[in-house]
Amino acid sequence: MKIRIKFRKYGNLKFIGHLDVQRFFQKAVRRAGIDVAYTTGFSPHQVMSFAAPLGVGLQSNGEYMDIEVHSFTGSRDTVERLNDASVEGIEILSAKVLPPEAGNAMASVAAAGYTVRFREGREPAFDWKECLPAFYVRQTIPVRKETKKSIVEMDLKPGIFRMEINGDSIYMLLDASSSGNIKPAMVMEAFLAEHQDSLKENALCITREDTYTNIGTPDAPEFVPLDAIGKECSQEEMIEEMAEEESAG
Amino acid sequence: MVQLALSDDILMQVEKPARYIGGEVNAVVKKKEEVDMRIAFCFPDVYEIGMSHLGIQILYDMFNSFEGVWCERVYSPWVDLDAIMRRDNIPLFALESQEPIKDFDWLAITIQYEMCYTNILQVLDLAQIPLLAKDRKDGVPIVIGGGPCTYNPEPIADFFDIFYIGEGETRYQELVALYRKCREENLGRKEFLRRAAKLPGMYVPAFYEAKYREDGTLASFSPTEEGIPAVIVKEIEMNVSDTYYPEKPLVPFMRITQDRVVLEIMRGCIRGCRFCQAGQLYRPVRERDVEMLKRYAVNMLKNTGQEEISLSSLSSSDYTKLPELIDFLIEECGKNHVNISLPSLRIDAFSLDVMSKVQDIKKTSLTFAPEAGSQRLRNVINKGLSEEEILKGAALAFEGGWTRVKLYFMLGLPTETEEDIRGIAELSNRIAAVFFDTVPKDKRVNGKVQIVTSTSFFIPKPFTPFQWAKQCTKEEFIEKAYLTRTAIKEQLNQKSIKYNWHEADTSVLEGVLARGDRRVAGAILQVYKKGAIYDAWSEYFDNEKWMQAFAECGLDIDFYTTRERGMDELFPWDFIDCGVSKEFLKREWQKALKEETSPNCRKQCQGCGASRFGGEICSGSVERSLAAHSRGCFVENF
Repeated sequence: MKIRIKFRKYGNLKFIGHLDVQRFFQKAVRRAGIDVAYTTGFSPHQVMSFAAPLGVGLQSNGEYMDIEVHSFTGSRDTVERLNDASVEGIEILSAKVLPPEAGNAMASVAAAGYTVRFREGREPAFDWKECLPAFYVRQTIPVRKETKKSIVEMDLKPGIFRMEINGDSIYMLLDASSSGNIKPAMVMEAFLAEHQDSLKENALCITREDTYTNIGTPDAPEFVPLDAIGKECSQEEMIEEMAEEESAG
Repeated sequence: MVQLALSDDILMQVEKPARYIGGEVNAVVKKKEEVDMRIAFCFPDVYEIGMSHLGIQILYDMFNSFEGVWCERVYSPWVDLDAIMRRDNIPLFALESQEPIKDFDWLAITIQYEMCYTNILQVLDLAQIPLLAKDRKDGVPIVIGGGPCTYNPEPIADFFDIFYIGEGETRYQELVALYRKCREENLGRKEFLRRAAKLPGMYVPAFYEAKYREDGTLASFSPTEEGIPAVIVKEIEMNVSDTYYPEKPLVPFMRITQDRVVLEIMRGCIRGCRFCQAGQLYRPVRERDVEMLKRYAVNMLKNTGQEEISLSSLSSSDYTKLPELIDFLIEECGKNHVNISLPSLRIDAFSLDVMSKVQDIKKTSLTFAPEAGSQRLRNVINKGLSEEEILKGAALAFEGGWTRVKLYFMLGLPTETEEDIRGIAELSNRIAAVFFDTVPKDKRVNGKVQIVTSTSFFIPKPFTPFQWAKQCTKEEFIEKAYLTRTAIKEQLNQKSIKYNWHEADTSVLEGVLARGDRRVAGAILQVYKKGAIYDAWSEYFDNEKWMQAFAECGLDIDFYTTRERGMDELFPWDFIDCGVSKEFLKREWQKALKEETSPNCRKQCQGCGASRFGGEICSGSVERSLAAHSRGCFVENF
């Protein structure tokens, strides 16, 4: 059975990278005594998949990973055990049972919401709050993206689903799918470039607020948090459900 | 959450910021108001290396078990951060509290290899602690050194307040108590050090004076004050089954060099290889109780969630309950998908069977360490491994499915001839031939075998029978490596043999630092001022700087390396009693020159002197009489 785990990564642990987070959970799951499934073969590893990699320096309130387990002690107990096995900087928020047909975490990712704030003294030279709405309603936002091999022209606009100002910060909902992932800094660079400005070194504080999947259509997307398709479950409910399934089958 | 010592800007700028944030699983954080002693424990190399070291984990755990003591970790900042800290004048900090080391009570530094000496100065410098012990005033942390290199502490004596000679488990409680007492009574730094010097195992360089002869050799080495001991006996933990060992080892976030649970199964080695310093320093051999090891294995795996456990010792095959321990681990680890890694096993039917159970033989290679290419030279170095055993082991391995074999040799061993060097190539060739003889054509994976032959250059180390030996010059080293390469190229199976060799420059330098005296400290300081750090990293090692530093200090490298040492020469490290007597080492040196071997400790006691510690293995009566004899000689000699 597949469990989707939501966690947040905050404070000093924003300085550990995505691979470190993966390694952290491989060990945390063992410390927590979770009955995780392993692949077969000579070097078995845990059946575990992460949603969207988070860059070094970013915090997040909505990270996800899926694990396959042989048995499940319930959502609440799983969260508790994982938190006991965790450290300050990574907090497990929920553990939900996924329906069998759910795709894996990474493939499910469609969008991510970010709160972006300028560090003190690193704001742009122009009145950004005044100018942002005009930027957001543009028809196209062409940028040049450097890849390992070449520089490609791309349009950011279709991947910006929402953008709004909340006090001193900006909320943006961006395409985070594997084919069209947009980083918040790219959007801000494009915005500042429009005003002949550029981002100062390490100018942005970025928090990923949540990661979303699309339960609508590509043209009329309906974004819900990745764990909206799973459900909280106690151990008893789980056992009951499995018994029912068995008798039905 | 602790406030980090480094700003976000700096952390975003440097490579691998996870090196500097602490907060790892099982890191110990205490309340500042509940402790009265702060210790920073340092491994003077980068985080990934330092975190891989077992000794620091043992002592970290031990210190933190002391009431009122908070022990934290510190490693060498990598070169990128090093530059930033110097530029911005940021004091070096401990990982757990992120507070400056300069405000701590002690800075304890483990010294595992000679090439880290400039990193010791880097750590002191960044911590804003005066580099020379004599310049440190009250209120500056006490700088303590420990680890294998402190068996010849003289080249770094100027930089340390105290060296703890021997195993750390035994005396720190007393040293902590003494420190507290002196602090309470406001006796000052110097008085604390004076009293510390009288504790067993403690060497306080400030209270000793070295005098030299005109030829540069040591004339005398003696205490400068009444009551300071002339000889320092190493500390040793004889009860290894009931002592400090971490049940909750640290689990780093980032990948480190040895990313696994380490189970030290025994200390010491019965073998007596004559080039090996560890084999002499950690005598007598002491095995940990197998039940203790089982318990720790289970708990450490549970508390860390690590996916691999490794057995550690100088020669694991000599652990008497190895089959029982391995059976237990296979059973226990199998349930939990934990890998077992078994370094330093002799290759025989038993070990191959075990390895085939716990490792993917397609992915692993087998390692043999014949160390010398001919039987004659293996007798000289007392490496009890015959060609027949090697070839038999290789045949068994090839039958078992292994196709990769690593071979380790040393070049420049005492009495070595061209013939011995050719032996390296010939033995490599014969092993390859064994493959083709053993494995039928249709069963060969990819049709081939891979022999990787590596040579390092022999560096004579203190407290070994070869401490009198002359080291080769750089030119000789290079010539020997060239000869090895040529000889391998001449072999029938040369296409199956890959040859690697070690840098000659570093070996020369390591030789100077290993057998150096107090005067060498000047050159270390000088080269550090020229910007040398991370000498153990080939990309940062700058031989030219070192050569200049030696020249500027008027030191002759050959004096320390290639000089023939007289049998009666007083060595800079002779004031340390490491457990084995100089008389024993002399006997072994003479036997070596006569190509005579010595049986291992279990077969027959050689009267090395370590029996006085009362180890189980030393309980034979022969040992006692011989040891008494050699101890007598040692005292006279000193």
